[in-house]
Amino acid sequence: MKKEISNIPDFTKTVPIDQVNVEERVAKLNTRSIKKESKMFALKLAMQMIDLTTLEGSDSPGRVKQLCHKAMRPYSSDADIPKVAAVCVYPTYVRIARETLKGSGINVASVATSFPSGWAPLKTKLEEVRYCVEEGADEIDMVISRGEFLKGNFSYIFDEVAAVKEACGPAHLKVILETGELQTLDNVRKASDIAMYAGADFIKTSTGKISPAATQPVTLVMLEAIRDFYYKTGVKIGMKPAGGIRDSKTALRYLVMVRETLGNDWMNPDMFRFGASSLANDLLMQIIKQQTGVYQSADYFSKD
Amino acid sequence: MNVTDQQKRYTLDFGTGWAYDPAPESTDHISLKKKYGHFINGKFVEPAEGNYFETINPATEEKLADIAVGSKADVDAAVKAARKAYDKVWSKMPASERGRYIYRIARMIQERAREFAVIESMDGGKPIRESRDVDVPLAAAHFFYYAGWADKLNYAFPGRTPAPLGVAGQIIPWNFPLLMAAWKIAPALATGNTVVLKPAETTPLTCLKLAEIMQEAGLPDGVVNFVTGAGDTGAAIVNHQDINKIAFTGSTAVGKLIQRSIAGSGKKLTLELGGKAANIIFEDAPLDQAVEGIVNGIFFNQGHVCCAGSRLFVQEGVADAVHQKLTDRLETLIVGDPLDKNTDIGAINSKEQLDRINSYIEIGLNEGAAITQSSCSIPSKGYFCRPTLLQNVSQASRVVQEEIFGPVLTIQTFRTPDEVLEKANNTPYGLSGGVWTDKGSKIFRMTSGIDAGVLWANTFNKFDPTSPFGGYKESGMGREGGLHGLLPYLKI
Repeated sequence: MKKEISNIPDFTKTVPIDQVNVEERVAKLNTRSIKKESKMFALKLAMQMIDLTTLEGSDSPGRVKQLCHKAMRPYSSDADIPKVAAVCVYPTYVRIARETLKGSGINVASVATSFPSGWAPLKTKLEEVRYCVEEGADEIDMVISRGEFLKGNFSYIFDEVAAVKEACGPAHLKVILETGELQTLDNVRKASDIAMYAGADFIKTSTGKISPAATQPVTLVMLEAIRDFYYKTGVKIGMKPAGGIRDSKTALRYLVMVRETLGNDWMNPDMFRFGASSLANDLLMQIIKQQTGVYQSADYFSKD
Repeated sequence: MNVTDQQKRYTLDFGTGWAYDPAPESTDHISLKKKYGHFINGKFVEPAEGNYFETINPATEEKLADIAVGSKADVDAAVKAARKAYDKVWSKMPASERGRYIYRIARMIQERAREFAVIESMDGGKPIRESRDVDVPLAAAHFFYYAGWADKLNYAFPGRTPAPLGVAGQIIPWNFPLLMAAWKIAPALATGNTVVLKPAETTPLTCLKLAEIMQEAGLPDGVVNFVTGAGDTGAAIVNHQDINKIAFTGSTAVGKLIQRSIAGSGKKLTLELGGKAANIIFEDAPLDQAVEGIVNGIFFNQGHVCCAGSRLFVQEGVADAVHQKLTDRLETLIVGDPLDKNTDIGAINSKEQLDRINSYIEIGLNEGAAITQSSCSIPSKGYFCRPTLLQNVSQASRVVQEEIFGPVLTIQTFRTPDEVLEKANNTPYGLSGGVWTDKGSKIFRMTSGIDAGVLWANTFNKFDPTSPFGGYKESGMGREGGLHGLLPYLKI
């Protein structure tokens, strides 16, 4: 379904990004006032955009199952509250998630390619990707080799993403740039461009293991990269900020950025995701507050 | 991508889906009187001839208050009060004490910031986001800044003995009513002068609220006087025999008139007049940020900004890309109720100004310009104008030569730095300019080549009380702000 992309840019050239102005633009967007119906709509939309995530060394089959149940019914006493987009787990838990989520319409996403550092031979990474897809993953969240990127070996990154994309087969590919390690917005823009031209379906900010994880300026630069890619090719790439988005207020600010940068076509779970775990409960709390006029105690929301 | 590739333009959908609900700023907390007299000698007084005019809300066309028409007699009373205050109190007061009053005014503006912001938006039509985040905080900052200079004038001009001039007559425009009052009053008071100020006839309210602050601050009577009215009132100030200094911000035509009127009178003069600034985008500029700079340059305050970046010059290789981004960006600008916290572009200040802007758009079209406007709907009541881009224009076009003072941007392309410098300077104005490039050396080359008083690099429409502001050529004389802003109010 994807068009052939011609005219691949020269990645040794830098698309300049002015950090001061990016921050200023974000600050201005953050003054948008979201009230009443438009707030409720956005809270529910944000809920549907969540990749509910558990990526801990201490993960267990029980924990993954619980998370899947939460994904399907975030708040059991209200059927109106939408389910999330996907559950994101380590490769070894893909099968359990797949089975638990059967028939729910919720995707299983798996991190792969030696998440989070990416330090492994390409062959090993590709094997891991194929393993995840065979286990039933619908979406693969890969990490790029930041070491090679920072070295200036951009063609390595391009080839790496392209190879992983091929190994994904039917699965969707999200490319994690780990922007906290790329540091400059020029680098963020460059890594975004490389990932998109090499075949990413989504570009994603962070693993969540490095601080800072997702930030608004970084996300805005990536959204603008997606826009330029769309202007040139007509292909719509998705965006996933991940890590550090814990409350509804922040989530709504991200939605404002998407709305005013890319427009309505990106305002759905096929094109925009939040990589988050605790965000779901805060959204629930706000939705119930909008409905009832009062805040419920955190004890009324399941912690998974 | 090859420039000659005639590719399909992929468009973005900003028209459907999620939209923001109205988020109007409350007006419960403001207090406006039905009728305002002049503020002379520390009191609100009825106009001598008893005449009033209406000030309206340009977003609703509803009347806000009746405002006194200033006659020669009113101006004379105000000047007499100012002269007395100068002779008896203000020029004799220790400078540090003068500074204390100015600090107090600054703090009181901060305390009542919300009220000032709402009234500014109601009376002038500017979006509450701007009056709240720009006008009012900057006005307070100006008073704070000049309060600090009051007792340090000898250090500002070492080896000199700076002395005040006497009574300053000040006339300000309608685009930044409170801020312009602050720009005028703060340095005048800090240097020991007293003031007679006339706000613009369409936007007198925040000045009259400022008068209330002067009262509450206990500022000695007559140090600051406000006389309201239109051009005749302004002329009475300009031509008054006992005024030592005229400071005017407004149109170049009126500026020339003032300069003629006071020739030979010995009055000192500061003029801050019109502009037609070039905003220059090089192909190596950070384009997405430059687009924001273009938007801020021309659509800030509905384009009612003398230093607005109203002439856009884009290097040819990126002209299409910039135009596409700008066109999409226009669609996300929210035009409407100035009091809505989400509004980006508010109401045009007056019907007269709206007609003027529309006539310029007409002129542009007749000259063969290609027009791009936002598809947004605009309120049926009130004075509104869609953000507008005009392409296919040249140096010979009237829309390129003349100041429109509205949300209308002309777009031209260029190939070389010399070419764009020549075009940028090919205007009678010289107030401001902007350059966007990733290359530092290009910034220095371009900004030293543009004949303008204020130049921005990779930003636009940034103001700070520490930075002098003023024009070259027909954009005026004298500087406001910074150390330079003290000089027009001093004998040294």
